[in-house]
Amino acid sequence: MGQVIEGRDGPWEMVIGLETHAQVVSKAKLFSGASAEFGAAPNSHVGFLDAGMPGMLPVVNGVCVEAAVKTGIALNAAINLVSIFDRKNYFYPDLPLGYQISQFSDPIVGKGHLDIETEAGPKRIGITRLHLEQDAGKSLHDQDPLRTFIDLNRAGVGLMEIVSEPDIRSGEEAAAYVAKLREILEDLGVCDGNMEEGSLRCDVNLSLRRPGGPLGTRTEIKNINSIRFIRQAIACEAARQIEILEEGGKILQETRLFDPDIGETRAMRSKEESHDYRYFPDPDLPPLILDQTYVDQIRATMPEMRGDRRRRLERDNIPAANVEIITSSAKSMNYFTDMSENFEDKILASNIMVNEIMPRVFYRNSNPDIERLRPSEANTIINMISSGNISGRQAKEAFEFMWEEGKSAADVVAERGLAQMSDDGAIKALVDQVVAANPDKVAEYRSGKTKLIGFFVGQVMKASQGKANPQAVNALLMARLDA
Amino acid sequence: MADLSELLALGIADARDGLRARRFTARELTSAYLAAMDEARALNLYITETPERALADADLADARLQAGHAEAMTGMPIALKDLFCTEGVRTTAASRILGDFMPPYESTVSGKLRAAGAVLLGKANQDEFAMGSSNITSAFGPSINPWRVTGAGVGEALTPGGSSGGSAAAVAAGAAIAATGTDTGGSIRQPAAYCGVVGLKPTYGRCSRWGVIAFASSLDQPGPIARSVEDAAIMLGAMAGHDPKDSTSAAQPVPDFEAALQGGVKGMCVGVPKDYRVDPMPPDVEAAWARGVEMAKAAGAEIVEVSLPMTKPALPTYYIVALAEASANLARYDGVRYGARQEGADLAEMYAATRAEGFGAEVRRRILIGTYVLSAGYYDAYYKKAQRVRALIAQDFSTAFQSVDVLLTPTAPGPAFGLNEKTEDPVAMYLNDVFTVPASLAGLPAMSVPIGLTASGLPLGLQVIGRPFDEASVLRLGRAIEDAAGFDRSPRLLAGGV
Repeated sequence: MGQVIEGRDGPWEMVIGLETHAQVVSKAKLFSGASAEFGAAPNSHVGFLDAGMPGMLPVVNGVCVEAAVKTGIALNAAINLVSIFDRKNYFYPDLPLGYQISQFSDPIVGKGHLDIETEAGPKRIGITRLHLEQDAGKSLHDQDPLRTFIDLNRAGVGLMEIVSEPDIRSGEEAAAYVAKLREILEDLGVCDGNMEEGSLRCDVNLSLRRPGGPLGTRTEIKNINSIRFIRQAIACEAARQIEILEEGGKILQETRLFDPDIGETRAMRSKEESHDYRYFPDPDLPPLILDQTYVDQIRATMPEMRGDRRRRLERDNIPAANVEIITSSAKSMNYFTDMSENFEDKILASNIMVNEIMPRVFYRNSNPDIERLRPSEANTIINMISSGNISGRQAKEAFEFMWEEGKSAADVVAERGLAQMSDDGAIKALVDQVVAANPDKVAEYRSGKTKLIGFFVGQVMKASQGKANPQAVNALLMARLDA
Repeated sequence: MADLSELLALGIADARDGLRARRFTARELTSAYLAAMDEARALNLYITETPERALADADLADARLQAGHAEAMTGMPIALKDLFCTEGVRTTAASRILGDFMPPYESTVSGKLRAAGAVLLGKANQDEFAMGSSNITSAFGPSINPWRVTGAGVGEALTPGGSSGGSAAAVAAGAAIAATGTDTGGSIRQPAAYCGVVGLKPTYGRCSRWGVIAFASSLDQPGPIARSVEDAAIMLGAMAGHDPKDSTSAAQPVPDFEAALQGGVKGMCVGVPKDYRVDPMPPDVEAAWARGVEMAKAAGAEIVEVSLPMTKPALPTYYIVALAEASANLARYDGVRYGARQEGADLAEMYAATRAEGFGAEVRRRILIGTYVLSAGYYDAYYKKAQRVRALIAQDFSTAFQSVDVLLTPTAPGPAFGLNEKTEDPVAMYLNDVFTVPASLAGLPAMSVPIGLTASGLPLGLQVIGRPFDEASVLRLGRAIEDAAGFDRSPRLLAGGV
């Protein structure tokens, strides 16, 4: 099944397992109650516990527990009703307690699996476990030539560490796995999936072997923060290992870092210097005990996953190309759901989404600018189209004005005079005017040349400067001419 | 205004009545204690005295008394062990490593006492990070026991016990009406026994640990040290209660402990564990225990001999569990964010210098032992095994409590010893905890109550151990023994001349 790499004297197979750290979407940190918001001024979101003050105690954040359970369910995994928080002991300035609170022997989520699409068809990747742990703070080594600065805003933020089985056989599969995992996390709303900001990051464990042969020694590439880099890092590291192995060398079990600028991995620390973390159950936290009914409730209220939604959009006969675009992210999918709510013509809505909304709201920046053009406003516009208040062309203009001027749909339509003329009296006056100005054409029509209706509609529309509702014009003309 | 010595003779219950009847004010009571603290200065009872704060607290208490919404602890001048973080008042844990640490927060228990109107006299001396049984590990020098061997001279000062030695000695010396302590393996009960006062370690989870500097999280428990069982009951009522900020705090209702005292011990089944012995058993201790059993019997209790076979391994089990937890709990004192820092050429050197300089020898020893028992290759043989034995010890107790209501044992294997004794051999020092650690490991409420004096004139205590959250029964038997013993709580020899 797995792809092989042709080496100098025979094929090689990669064996890859991923450890993914996903920052839990929560207002507060995992144990301290301090804000977990990203991007604040350094050391402005730090609770007494996060700073390791004497006598401070952790209290687990229920939002993070729920996120872990939800994710576990989505990964088809066993939810452990009893799990234990452990202390992982090591000294570092950005780890104020001198230990990280994590889960070691008894994680909250056990074995599960994730199905990915590969070129060779669908493939099931095993999930070993998912556990909750604290993030560390940030050491800033580049602010001063002699000193290191510490920012504790991130210290204590809740992370889910999701560990895969070593079932992955190529960089493409690794990329597909992370993309699928990110999709699930986003759909659940438990992680924003932003790899650039570090909300989602990956460690790659990679070894090589002869196909079917015994496992080789693995290296771990730490903290990769984009799917493209995961693919690149795997390619570079595999090439490095093959070269060593083919020269008769040995792979050292070590931690490496990927440098995307030079396309190389380099050693971070070797096993000899590795820590003895002295894990033991955190005596400040009793075992985390979940009620089966709590888990069942979460299971019963799981949000719709993207695969399911994709199928639902297809059932609404939305063109495949549109489905692909709309479901490219959880946010765009949610946007579409909100904007097309209570709206029958899903195909029209999908066209508006793809042609008007995506280019503005989703493509201009890496972060969608939903506030600038909200789904409720888009909903107002598509309803105006379907009720005949505005034409498709006017809708296009309306979206542009709304985007540029930040005004509501109603304001833009009113101020720009985009509304169709639906007032029967006004249209009737134009109809009368056109009928009076063309007595010969009227006679021809009445004598049977009914195709001339097109000419009359055109004249009325022209007189209305395009604002009259064509259906209304048609009906009023017919009534007038056939009278 | 009442006479100073009259005021100082009052316990919490009597002082409460006096304050409410306006026989004296909280300010007068507090002033009497501030004067007594001056008198007792040579005993080194306090690390930080807070006389100005005390008078301000007293004035607030008087206003409350005036307005008629005083609580039991309103106006009571107390000492807080220096392990309780106090907002704006230096908190040291008796360690150099905290420097002049000024907590920006107040521990839950001291906050509750404050809210109840208690007056803060100061922060009591203790063993460094509560690690010790004699007060000699304090970075501020040991507190001295106000009791002395009959006829002993200057320079033969005794330890007040530890780790809450300053608290117990302050109460014994009349330099606080009562005090908070913390008990990890006997740190309230043993100094209470050595100083001839009452010390109660509540059930684990009864009092919040939030804001109390941690020694061993699964064992630490705040509790009162007072002159009488009644005072201890009143003070416990003001300290106890569920705290959502402490995940190990128990969501248990707090009974009226003072009212519970009235029940008596008629029909109470008192277990006497034959395993609570050291070899050789000091005759004074043996005799005091027998007297206590007789007193319980005379008060109407039924006496049953019970067996607690896991008593012997309790001491090593305790020292493995407690020190493992301590090794991680004390990792935060690294000189990076607060406290004293020693510079070094690089990060590792800075850590090493800060911790070598900041921690005393006993704390360093305990961190090393704790680190060792958690290390790869030793974890199963030490930490994991100790956890299994701990579960067996708890099982031992719950079996015993199927047939008895409380247990009665000696508190310590002897009376207070000389300040310079047992300093060479740490294991000899650890043996002081032999009777107190089993209840700690099982999380049970246990109290030391004075039973009398040794032949050489030093106080001895007996320990009453109860079922989880049954402090009421512990207090009742303690009260019965206290009544029967008629212990004269004023130390024979006070500070003068030390």
